[in-house]
Amino acid sequence: MSAALNHAVVFESDLFERHRHFRTDRATLPLRSDEDVVALRKHVRERAVAIALSLVDQTKLVTAASELARNTIKYGGGGMVYLDALEDGFRKGVGLIFVDNGPGIPDLGLALRDGYTTGGGLGLGLGGSKRLVDEFDIDSRTGEGTAVSVIKWKR
Amino acid sequence: MERIPILRMGDLLLVTIQVDMHDRLAMTLQDDLTERIVRDRAKGVLIDISALDLVDSFIGRMISNTAAMARVLDAQTVVVGMQPAVAITLVELGLTLHGVKTALNVEKGMALLGKTNL
Repeated sequence: MSAALNHAVVFESDLFERHRHFRTDRATLPLRSDEDVVALRKHVRERAVAIALSLVDQTKLVTAASELARNTIKYGGGGMVYLDALEDGFRKGVGLIFVDNGPGIPDLGLALRDGYTTGGGLGLGLGGSKRLVDEFDIDSRTGEGTAVSVIKWKR
Repeated sequence: MERIPILRMGDLLLVTIQVDMHDRLAMTLQDDLTERIVRDRAKGVLIDISALDLVDSFIGRMISNTAAMARVLDAQTVVVGMQPAVAITLVELGLTLHGVKTALNVEKGMALLGKTNL
């Protein structure tokens, strides 16, 4: 099983940097099919339970993961996701970075707006996911791909 | 192929979703359910989601569409048993399941459909 992308784009953002800084463990999972989305939800739930996130926060994080994973597959043509265990002093968190080599998002502001969709969906994926997590960041490059990073911290 | 069972009770159909729904399974359920509404001449559909620990926009849209399809086929749909954490997440995500009737449990759902004595 290879989760590797066709070509490596070096994505950059403050939040990816924060992931690197706080990371204590990382798992890499492929995102190609429906089944991969279901598998990711299960892994994210396990990580969330491991740091004792509340049931509501677990549900929010798993739901955001499901939305973003589907975006990676549907709009990005598939890709992969890094599932990170994070630690910032006494605070623990779960981080996710979704990466694809798709067409990129030309207008991020528009894509983050509720109800905006190019794929016939509800257009809630990006903006909705952002509301469900504590930290959210995107680096998207037209013609190269998109990386979306989120973090949920234990309160 | 994996399928979600649809039970018939009088002129009601009961669907209990107990597995983590992937997208194809959700689409299959929609096809099966509309077919059964017509075949069994069902007047009501109860969708029990008490075992679902997540409803994302895809599953939410599937539920809304199924209710709309059932309505066109002259059947009422009631979604029952949503977990509180799922409700909080759904609304924050921006999904309100517009046009879908809900009830706390199967019993209350049946009462809503006017089927207290089957």
